[in-house]
Formats: sequence, C-alpha cells, structure tokens
Amino acid sequence: MSKEIVVPFGPQHPVLPEPLHLDLVVEDEKVKEAIPGVGYIHRGLETLVQKREYPEYVYIAERICGICSFIHGMTYCQGIETMMNVEVPERAEFLRVIWSEYSRMHSHLLWLGLFADGMGFENLFMDAWRLREHVLDDMEATTGGRVIQGSAKVGGVRRDISSEKLDEMVTGLEGIRGELKDMMDVFLFDSSVKSRLRNIGMLSPEDAYELGAVGPTLRGSNVASDVRMNGYAAYDRLHFEPVVEDGCDCYARCAVRAKELFASIDLIKEAVQKIPDGPIEVKVTGKPEGEYFSRAEQPRGEVIHYVKGNGTRNLARHRVRTPTMANIPPLVKMLQGCELADVPVITLTIDPCIGCLER
Amino acid sequence: MVYFKMAKTAIKSLIHGPSTIRYPAEPAKQYPTSRGHVTIDPSKCISCGMCMRKCPADAICVRRDEKLWEIDLFKCHVCNCCVEVCPVHCLTMETEYRPAFAEHEGVQVVKITYVKPEKKAVKKPAEDKSEE
Repeated sequence: MSKEIVVPFGPQHPVLPEPLHLDLVVEDEKVKEAIPGVGYIHRGLETLVQKREYPEYVYIAERICGICSFIHGMTYCQGIETMMNVEVPERAEFLRVIWSEYSRMHSHLLWLGLFADGMGFENLFMDAWRLREHVLDDMEATTGGRVIQGSAKVGGVRRDISSEKLDEMVTGLEGIRGELKDMMDVFLFDSSVKSRLRNIGMLSPEDAYELGAVGPTLRGSNVASDVRMNGYAAYDRLHFEPVVEDGCDCYARCAVRAKELFASIDLIKEAVQKIPDGPIEVKVTGKPEGEYFSRAEQPRGEVIHYVKGNGTRNLARHRVRTPTMANIPPLVKMLQGCELADVPVITLTIDPCIGCLER
Repeated sequence: MVYFKMAKTAIKSLIHGPSTIRYPAEPAKQYPTSRGHVTIDPSKCISCGMCMRKCPADAICVRRDEKLWEIDLFKCHVCNCCVEVCPVHCLTMETEYRPAFAEHEGVQVVKITYVKPEKKAVKKPAEDKSEE
C-alpha cells in the first residue's frame, strides 16, 4: 500500500548550487506536489536606495546577481534615464548590447555546464566551462571585471572598447562558434542526453503563459516572447528574432539556451559592424522625480526594475521583479507528477537564481 | 552518426594540452583594465573625503584631523568608484589581485603626507604706496 511522504530537497543539495528549498510530497517515487521555500539569502538590497544616492546605487543594482550583473545595472540605469529624460549616446547603447550579449553567453554556458553536471555528464560540464573562460576573458579585457563588470552608468557607459579590440573579439567569437557546434552535437543529438530530457517536465504553452513564465522557460513552450523585441538599448537597430522551441519539455528549454548562444554571437557581430563613433556618456545633472518600469531581457528571462524618484538624490522606492520569481509557479506545475529522480533536472531547466530572487 | 561526432571531440581533447593555467608557476591572466586593488599616493591626497562619501560599500574612511586614510579590504568590492571620483587622482586601481590575508590585516591605514603649498604673499595696495 502506497504512502505519502515529504522529501525535503535543498536548500543545500549536491546538484543544485542555489539555496532553494522544495518540500516534495512523494508517493511511490512520484512527486504529487512541490512546495517551494525561499528566504535563505535575503540581503535587503532594495532598501539601500534610501542610503545610497542614485548614481552610486548602480553598483548595488549590479550586485543583485553575479551572472547577469551588467543587465541589472543597465536596466536600473535605463529607468533613471527615462525618468530624467536623458538621451544616451548611440555608441553607449551599442556597447550595452555587446556586454549584455556577452553576459547572456556567459550565463548560458555556465548553465549548460551545470545542467550537464546535473545529468551526470562531467565531461560535458568541463567542456562548457572551458568555453565560458574565453567569454570571461573578453569581458575582463573590456570591462575590468570577470563577473561584476561595473560598466553601466546613468547617462551611458564607463568604458569604451577600441575598434581593434572589437575586431579581435569578433575573431575570438568565430573560434567559439566552431567549438560550440561540436559541443551542441552532444547536447542536442546524443541519445543519453535525449533520453534524460525528452518528455520530462512538460509545460504546455497555455500553462506557461497563464502561470507567467518568462525567458527560455516560456520560449521552450513555443511562446515567442522576448523583451529584446521591444527594442531597448540598440536592439531596434539590429536584426533579432527570438529562439523558440515547441517541445515544451526539458530538452526544448535546453535547446533554446543552446541556440541562443549562436543568436548572441550573431547579435554581437552585427553590433560591432554597426557601432558608430562618438561619445559614450552624457553628463547627468538634477534629481530624479517620477516613476518608471524598466524592462530588459536577462539570460533567464524578463527583469523589471521599478524606480520611483521623489526629487531628492535618493530614490523613494526601488523594486525588482526577477525572472526566477516569475518561473517558480511554472516550476511547481512542472514538478507535479514527475519522477523523484527527475526533480534536479527539471528544477535546473528554469535556471534558478536565488540571489536575484531574494535580493 | 553521433558517436563519430563525439569521437572528434574526444580526440581533440586527447591531443589538446591542458586548458587550465599551471598556477602559480604560470601567472594568472591580467589585462590593463583589470580591477585588482586600490592604492593611494599619500603625498597627493588632500583629505577631501570624496572617496569616503561615494564608496558604495562604506569601505573607506578619511580622518581629516589625524590625516589618515583607511580602507577595509574585506568590505571593498573593487568597483573603481573611488578612483573615478578622486579630484586629485591620488587613488589608482592596480591590476594585480591581492593575495589572501588574515582578518587582522584587513584594515589598511595610510598616513597622508600631503603638504598644502603656501600661497604667494600678495602685497596690499596700502603697503605698496608706503614703499613708494
């Protein structure tokens, strides 16, 4: 006779490098219900707007997450710039796109590595992280930081990239593309990987939409939604099409991230071709007043920075809605009815980032 | 055939040397833009306290009366903000990362040796007249 038991999963778990806790109600190795528990690394970063002036808060906004740090900083800056009617120079917008796409590549390669590790494919894990090093090297050479770039600024960007370095980056990316193709043969066509991912963690397009999934979780369920289509920064001047897969399973979400790597390389190449000369920042004076919802596409999905100014150097309110927050309800849905052994793989496919989630 | 595709990767891995650096025999990669650690030139610092006010981590403390510049290395997250705002450019960002150190070495205190240059004495018009 079967009996219901509750299996605690996390917050410290060997396959999940994030402090996410799930109470799994299990019956005969089948998960009947998953109850998420968060709150292990809350840092109170949003409250710091009352202590830090709005130009210095960019550093705090960047430190919300260690993976998509540049995009967090950029999204915050976009909010302030719109509130204060600051027109960012065109070159700065292109540089923002380049660094955003580098961040995406870095995040996706990191995730692919962790995902391979979660499946038990150690060699593939090392291969993905080896390629990620090239991306990190380019980021450090251009911004000075491997994971925390510190290049976003209200009114533009802090650093410029010389045209020689841009050409060198494009050449390096072509090398990465060749190696990525070899790696993707294993990720997308290997039978052991397919058997581990196909028809697992199903999320129908209707459920994904209704539960508010974002990013690759949504696009893996055949919904073409991407904030980059709105044309923030310089995306409106580049050819961009979202990567969509119709599998609605773990394999589809993995494939979206894998194919987005190639899309990012194409975007960076196009941005380098089209980048204009000129200044990289404008001087911002005054104090922000008003409110704005700033949106951007992170590697994990849509991020929203809500900023509200009250006419002083400190903001009145700063609120962040991160993609992991939006992907938790779809995760709970995916986990219902799955095998206990598939829980780590399914949880990893939403690319949980608890640092972002709790701030 | 998938196996042949994987074999290509496997053979490449066998022929290719190690991807990791043989640290510390081989030094870690550094770039001119790398943010390693903050250093101060005490002979230039005018103790204006701008770096202290702008530091997002509250890592810097300038004691103007005692002419001391203090940095808590455990708090400093090497953001380059202090270097950017310094009006006399006495702060610089070195590209080398700091080695590991014990807790008691975390706070670094530097004695500011800046001497304010004396202004040239301006002769008063009345004195000039008397001299004449």
